Amino acid sequence: MFLSDTIAAISTGMTNSGIGIVRICGSEALNVADKVFRSIKGTKKVSEMKSHTIHYGKIEDEGKMIDEVLLMVMRAPNTYTREDTVEINCHGGIVVVKKVLETVLKHGARLADPGEFTKRAFLNGRIDLSQAEAVIDVINAKNEYALASSISQLKGVVSDKVVRIREQIMDQIAYIEAALDDPEHMSLEHYSEELQTKLQGIQRELQEIIDSSENGRIVYEGINTVILGKPNAGKSSFLNALMGEERAIVTDVEGTTRDTLEEHILIHGISLNLIDTAGIRETEDKVEQIGVEKAMQCAKSADLIIFVIDSSRKMDENDRNILELIKEKKTILLYNKCDLNPAVSLEEIQDITSAPVVKISAKYGDGVETFEKTLKKMFFDGKLDMNDQVFLTNARQKNDMIRARESIKMVEEGIEQGMSEDFFTIDLMNAYEALGMVIGESVEDDLVDTIFQKFCMGK
Amino acid sequence: MQRFVEEEYDVLVVGAGHAGCEAALAAARLGLETIMFTVSVDSIALMPCNPNIGGSSKGHLVREIDALGGEMGKNIDKTFIQSKMLNASKGPAVHSLRAQADKKDYSQEMRTTLENTEHLTIRQAEVAELLVEDGRITGAKTASGATYHAKAVILCTGTYLKARCIYGEVSNPTGPNGLQAANYLTDSLKKLGVEMYRFKTGTPARVDKRSIDFSKMEEQFGDEKIVPFSFSTDPDSIQKEQVSCWLTYTNEHTHEIIRDNIDRSPLFSGMIEGTGPRYCPSIEDKVMKFADKNRHQVFIEPEGLYTNEMYLGGMSSSLPEDVQYAMYRTVPGLENVKIVRNAYAIEYDCINPRQLLPTLEFKEIKGLFSAGQFNGSSGYEEAAAQGIIAGINASMEILGKEQIIIDRSEGYIGVLIDDLVTKENHEPYRMMTSRAEYRLLLRQDNADLRLTPIGYQVGLVSKETYDKVEKKRQLIEEEIKRLSEIPIGANRTVQEFLEKHNSSELKTGSNLAELIRRPELTYEMVAELDQDRKELPDDVINQVNINIKYEGYITRQLKQVEQFKKLEQRKLKADFDYAQVHGMRKEAIQKLNLYKPLSIGQASRISGVSPADISVLLVYLEQMRGHQGGKIEK
Repeated sequence: MFLSDTIAAISTGMTNSGIGIVRICGSEALNVADKVFRSIKGTKKVSEMKSHTIHYGKIEDEGKMIDEVLLMVMRAPNTYTREDTVEINCHGGIVVVKKVLETVLKHGARLADPGEFTKRAFLNGRIDLSQAEAVIDVINAKNEYALASSISQLKGVVSDKVVRIREQIMDQIAYIEAALDDPEHMSLEHYSEELQTKLQGIQRELQEIIDSSENGRIVYEGINTVILGKPNAGKSSFLNALMGEERAIVTDVEGTTRDTLEEHILIHGISLNLIDTAGIRETEDKVEQIGVEKAMQCAKSADLIIFVIDSSRKMDENDRNILELIKEKKTILLYNKCDLNPAVSLEEIQDITSAPVVKISAKYGDGVETFEKTLKKMFFDGKLDMNDQVFLTNARQKNDMIRARESIKMVEEGIEQGMSEDFFTIDLMNAYEALGMVIGESVEDDLVDTIFQKFCMGK
Repeated sequence: MQRFVEEEYDVLVVGAGHAGCEAALAAARLGLETIMFTVSVDSIALMPCNPNIGGSSKGHLVREIDALGGEMGKNIDKTFIQSKMLNASKGPAVHSLRAQADKKDYSQEMRTTLENTEHLTIRQAEVAELLVEDGRITGAKTASGATYHAKAVILCTGTYLKARCIYGEVSNPTGPNGLQAANYLTDSLKKLGVEMYRFKTGTPARVDKRSIDFSKMEEQFGDEKIVPFSFSTDPDSIQKEQVSCWLTYTNEHTHEIIRDNIDRSPLFSGMIEGTGPRYCPSIEDKVMKFADKNRHQVFIEPEGLYTNEMYLGGMSSSLPEDVQYAMYRTVPGLENVKIVRNAYAIEYDCINPRQLLPTLEFKEIKGLFSAGQFNGSSGYEEAAAQGIIAGINASMEILGKEQIIIDRSEGYIGVLIDDLVTKENHEPYRMMTSRAEYRLLLRQDNADLRLTPIGYQVGLVSKETYDKVEKKRQLIEEEIKRLSEIPIGANRTVQEFLEKHNSSELKTGSNLAELIRRPELTYEMVAELDQDRKELPDDVINQVNINIKYEGYITRQLKQVEQFKKLEQRKLKADFDYAQVHGMRKEAIQKLNLYKPLSIGQASRISGVSPADISVLLVYLEQMRGHQGGKIEK
């Protein structure tokens, strides 16, 4: 959308820096803020506040307090985008900032597209023309990313479910529209009851998806973390120690983990997407070669690398290759197998890297706690970022799922009120579109195609 | 030296079908000297396929044509023999009027109108060549060598270009009904660089009424109360006795005959190359594609009052003659049927309509317009709708006035034309209510309110009619306002009234409009709670009811329209090279350069152009506006 509707986003980074700002922009910004903000005495209305003033109060969602905040009101035109703007300064850390954003979205704002604040600022003549090309690059890059991530990061099961629900909805729309187009051929008698039953099923499935992943998250969000190390350094053992279960196959044979394994784990509130890779070494084995290449690729796009070093073996070419590969990356080194006789000393390792080194024994689970502390420190020192695009994707998708659910609800209400069938397709279509956004598909001519495909039309 | 006829006109219309008639009438009525060519004067406004006007979404088009000052609605009101409001039990957006026409009468009535229109000349001749100078049309030449100079030319050639009628192994190089095809114009168009498509459509057999046993069929009556198409027709004047249609069904035996002979179908043997419509499949198509259906409907419809010919709706075919006899005779009631005219498929040349502006003028040839099946549409109503727009715009251009574009939020005509000129389409395009995204606003009942102002502005609608519509609009608005200001207390009278009508009782005070909004109540029903009500015409009451009852949905769509309009109003220059736009994807550049959209809105509807591309374009436009004073915006 390129219009002046009201948008919102988290305008601070996704690091856990105590304060986060949710920004709302657009003609309805003040009204949206009004719906979620309660001043301390409960009397001040955001829409009546003077421009460029700060107010103390709470963000509430259906009477439930979410955070104590400072709310900044800036009326057009003296704002970044030249539109009415409200900024909510939250204090409760990432999780709370996200909650605040979700609440704002629930009350009428739309999640901003990538680069949208900047674009609006530009379109409203607020920022310099020389920045135009930069804006275009941002739009392009972020859209590409958002598109890629919205599809690739969608959990497979969810994606399948959404596709299926969408098909069901389209079938209903096509049936109604075919009957409206050719009423002497197809009857809609008693169809409402049938539709009602189907909608209950759809509603249930939608709700399940919204509820299922923790906090209603649809894609995995977190720090993309890749575990690297030469074969049999103990990568999978470490993963198992961390997960507390036998997840990866662990043997003494080099190259056991042929492909990558992915796990999601929460450590002290920090979410990690853990990817266990095949050991990196020069190899002739084709199957293993693919695994190794994939590992290298993963490493390149990772937010964090955990490099497992086998302390019982001498540092060799493979280790040095890995170190070279990851020297620009945020890394934690694990000095593994500290229960065995060391062939390389801890100090030696510390000499060749600036990354923190943690002594562990993956086999016995020693040192896992120290690892967790190290991770936590990196994160809270702001050295590690969550990928904000992933979160945005998530929030957008959740939002779209909720929109779909609301639209289905409106159809149900329509049925109860005895509306005629042609009204149902309006809301069914909205649901279909919203679900299309979740899986990154647009509508185009789906309906007409489905009608002709499924129904024998015309005289 | 050989001498040729040479004449001069303002507007030259090629074709006298439903598009040609509306185009010629519009131009002549606007005072422009107009000549209309047809290969057969006896075939003016011919209905070579189904004997009806209107139907789902097509009825909307007829109403819109009427509001703009067109003829189709008036003509069918004079010549219908049965009338029905389809979907009457559904929401007002999908009510659709359909009338059975007396074909001969319809054609004759239109001819009489044309013949009595000032500034209009009818000429029987085949137009063979277009005359173009410096990218501008200057006239046309006929096959006999005559030259007609014209300031604008409107092509409405229907299914006649290089037409071929086919059934079985028989292939006749004629237009519909054995009429002469037009064999030269395609080459002239190709020489001018126009991209052509080849489409196909078909029609069922016509049979002798005396050979039908109606006792085995279901009778289909017209409506008791007939609603006219034209807003100018007095409903009382057209209440008359109607004829019936009849419904019967194919069966497994029919399908067996079709399956056994499918290899003899020119469609399956590859003899027909053209692309046929999915919505109007031949019976063999239906049987093959929907193998699980054990019967299909067959509607037996009269072709007119003074003929025994009956139309077999639902059974169009291009199977050989003997198979046609065999399959028709399996249908209950048709056991002894006699065929008057065979069913056939027809193939014809048409254009890729994406070479047109939304005004229906060719992008590359100034003054050349086109309408109807020539543009890749199908249906009488779709043709007429484009015809009137092409006629108006050709005239506007000559008169030096602004041409009109009806957008998607203003009418089905807008949806039709925008779809044709913007979207990829590889089959004859038919209107459907589901194609209109603002369907709730584009109702057949309010076409006058939507489009009369445009008809008046261009000069096709009289001041008197315009004033009448504006008065109606005012009455509707005032009445809605009045009703929403009448307080209704939760008192005993009111509660008793509600109980009487099975409506839940009021908990707090309300107003009269709120009561009307309840599904079980209407404007008429709440009369007893409304003392000061003045008498209003039925059409005003109808609008009041609809506007109040569906206010929620209507408001939602109005909001969407507001957003839509913003993009539609950001104009783009047709000669802009999109390759200049930094950061735009290759595919988008290619598509935009190919289509040359007139607005950001139109650009956004082109498949292959993403929202991100539009963002990039907007940023670029802004940049240009700052630097060079709006280089690509008009």
